[in-house]
Amino acid sequence: MTIRYYRRVLWGLLILLLGLMGLAIFVGRYPAPIWMPLQTLLRDPLAQRLVLNLRLPRILAAVLLGMSLAAAGTALQMIFRNPLVEPGFLGVSQGAAFGAALSIVGLGASGLVTQAAAALCGCLGLGLSYALARRIRYGGWTLRLILAGIAVSALFSAGVGILKYVADPLTQLPELVFWMLGALWGVTWQETLSILPVTLAALAVLLLMRWRLNLLALDDATAFSLGTAPARERTVLLVAAVAATAAIVSVSGVVGWVGLIVPQIARSLLGADGQRALPGAVLMGGAFTLVCDTAARTALSSEIPLGILTSLIGALAFSILMVTPRQLAPWVSKR
Amino acid sequence: MPPMIALSEIRFTYNGQKHAVFENLSLDIPAGSVTAILGPNGAGKSTLLHLILGILSPASGRILLRQRSRQQYTRRELGRLIGLVAQDEAMPFNFTVLEYVLLGRAPYLPILQTPGPEDGQVAQRALTTVGMEAMAERSVQTLSGGERQLVTIARALAQQPRILLLDEPTSHLDLSNKGRVLQLMCQSADDGVTVVFTTHEPDLSAVADYLILMRQGQTLAAGPADAVFTSDNLSQTYGVPVAVAQVDGQRVVLTPTGPA
Repeated sequence: MTIRYYRRVLWGLLILLLGLMGLAIFVGRYPAPIWMPLQTLLRDPLAQRLVLNLRLPRILAAVLLGMSLAAAGTALQMIFRNPLVEPGFLGVSQGAAFGAALSIVGLGASGLVTQAAAALCGCLGLGLSYALARRIRYGGWTLRLILAGIAVSALFSAGVGILKYVADPLTQLPELVFWMLGALWGVTWQETLSILPVTLAALAVLLLMRWRLNLLALDDATAFSLGTAPARERTVLLVAAVAATAAIVSVSGVVGWVGLIVPQIARSLLGADGQRALPGAVLMGGAFTLVCDTAARTALSSEIPLGILTSLIGALAFSILMVTPRQLAPWVSKR
Repeated sequence: MPPMIALSEIRFTYNGQKHAVFENLSLDIPAGSVTAILGPNGAGKSTLLHLILGILSPASGRILLRQRSRQQYTRRELGRLIGLVAQDEAMPFNFTVLEYVLLGRAPYLPILQTPGPEDGQVAQRALTTVGMEAMAERSVQTLSGGERQLVTIARALAQQPRILLLDEPTSHLDLSNKGRVLQLMCQSADDGVTVVFTTHEPDLSAVADYLILMRQGQTLAAGPADAVFTSDNLSQTYGVPVAVAQVDGQRVVLTPTGPA
């Protein structure tokens, strides 16, 4: 794979993303389904307010969501040397879901409180997984972390189950379910801007250390022999990946499959080297969630939860990738 | 000449285990030579390599590298000093051969920097040294076991280390690949690199200048290969009668499986 090919693909993805963002401004259900003509935007003050206050923050949030999930997914897959890992591992997603459920059902809260609770419990999920993994007396560090993540996720989803059971079926349950399905419905500038610093900082860390990811994908002893401090560098990258995920998930709810499938496609297009795959995955992730979210708010008169669309497309794409012959899907590990 | 690697009175126990792997282990490894650490499975050979590498630390005792304590080196300095060819390295992603060999340049790059053209040249040279330059764009996952081992060695050579540690470098290789790996080790030693490898096959130690015989965390004998490679020493190491013969000036080991 030549540098020229890589640059071409990356520029292509960047132009695609910017183009899609431009198009998404005009797509929606006002004034009529699907397309808003430029004249309307120029003349109709309601259309201007709609674009400025509703569509723009939502477009930005959708792009940030995809970028964060894809970057976190790529990083986690390499750190755990496992192409089938996504940010949902390590108890982050289930922790965030539990935090949101707790605030909705327990405190009767919504909005910012729910987001804060989700972000907090997402981080708590990671912390618990980490603490548990340190104490598991079986297997290497990677295996222990994954085992701990599974256990912590299961605990949190049991908690979510209990909260669903006791939730008021008329007021709390619908909100809870909508959050679990993931959506960017009603995202405001305030919400988008409040998560922007954390998300951008985390993305910057991941992008700057993208070549370093390759080293951490090696065996511990080998990574160590190459002058890295595997445990410390993995922790830095892990914190960045989780921070990005927890911040954006606190706004969007649980959006699955993006962090799993986008890195896979990026690797198949640009190669496994994190130096190339990560920037590609970031751009692709942004474009993917933007398209899904625009479809989610346009296709039907009522909103389709974004998480349903990403899961539908993600799971289908994943199945196709996995049954594609090896020559066409060389990223599927032989071991 | 002072030893390249000097271990003195090393005591080491794995976390959570009572039984010590090493108790009062001392040995010197001379510079610019090939040293074989020979012993049966479970003798502590890999543990010894990991102690030299620094990924494991002894409970007590001193490890000197080039007469400096290991603690006096930074991680990056250690990376430039010691290269490792681990046993059976996992390659979970389809890096190209060149991308993989380039990882050897890590100790020379600041943490946020990516490899430049000079690093590419060093990596290319390392590939040429192992005779894999034609494979630069192949995926590492499509390589045979022998090719994979050669590429791993190229990665360690791209590190331009003073010490090269190899853990069972030929255990899964056929005769011709085995020969190439052994030849590369000798070639590196000729270039001034201190080569240390572990093996459980006595025949491989034919290429070694120095030999360390280990059994259950103890060194049974250590010194110039000709002096150490005796029937008595090997019998003691493996716990079975072993005969040593000379065939065309090369040491050959006969084990008691055949008819007496």
